Amino acid sequence: MGFAACALASAAAAQTDQARSIALFREAGKVLQHPRCLNCHPAGDRPTQTDTMRPHIPPVVRGADGHGPPGLPCSTCHPRANYDAARMPGHPDWHLAPRSMAWQGKSLAEICVQLKDPARNGGRDLPALLRHMSDDSLVGWAWAPGAGRTPAPGTQAEFGALMRAWADSGAHCPAD
Amino acid sequence: MTALALKVNGTLHRLEIDGETPLLWALRDHLKLTGTKFGCGAALCGACTVFVDGSPVRSCARPVSSVTEAEVTTIEGVTGREAAAVQRAWIARDVPQCGYCQSGQIMSAIALLKAKPMPNEADVDEAMSGNLCRCATYQRIRDAIHDAAIALQVQP
Repeated sequence: MGFAACALASAAAAQTDQARSIALFREAGKVLQHPRCLNCHPAGDRPTQTDTMRPHIPPVVRGADGHGPPGLPCSTCHPRANYDAARMPGHPDWHLAPRSMAWQGKSLAEICVQLKDPARNGGRDLPALLRHMSDDSLVGWAWAPGAGRTPAPGTQAEFGALMRAWADSGAHCPAD
Repeated sequence: MTALALKVNGTLHRLEIDGETPLLWALRDHLKLTGTKFGCGAALCGACTVFVDGSPVRSCARPVSSVTEAEVTTIEGVTGREAAAVQRAWIARDVPQCGYCQSGQIMSAIALLKAKPMPNEADVDEAMSGNLCRCATYQRIRDAIHDAAIALQVQP
């Protein structure tokens, strides 16, 4: 095979890889843009709630570190585990994502670029980002959100595998 | 039913109770500590606020089994300089109207002053936003919290 043919084949393979990578990210996006995830990645200082993503009731704000303001930490209401008798979701480290990780109101393409930016993903390189997505137990809450809440699609393991396949295929982002 | 030990206001109690029972009902029905009020049962109103190991907790949304290793403090047992300052300010400002929400308001006010000894208006609004008052005594609550904060600065 001549050089030109090699280059063309290589380019075609790259295009195929890129398309596959983007397709994988779009699939993962069904999780990233699910209300269980977006509700605590708000664009402002207040979380949202329910599948309709209405403002959190009672009105609460993120505070300095995402764990609520002085005197009203998230743990005032949110226990260390879901408490279905009161329909209260819980986790030992219940908190809002930082402002830099706001996803609400953004396109999947914008979220993709943001996810790869250490300045806006908590200082994570790609392996650390994949570990966060596949292993973090607060991320994992999205698949076990307690009674009355729609879980994120699939499982955390499947989501982690999707994100890993996306990374392995070049971590390409959609154009729109 | 399970036998659980629950430490409330410094006293260890032994209860025969379903561990999934909200802490609020263990306090009110089993221990007869009725100062902590039921408002909504879903952590929306703040009337049931107590402290668990010194941190504010909505007792209607916490299973009693989760606090058996902890120190629970209710309005009947809360003490300390912030509590004393808040009590004085509440009386001076004649804050309550019907009074139903006030034990929760007071517990949240104490929690705020412990976390932020000199809160500004925004701090007060943010910390107290989860405590509802149907009589709308909010302005007197705000004023009393500021009074208590100043008193704590003057009389450390």
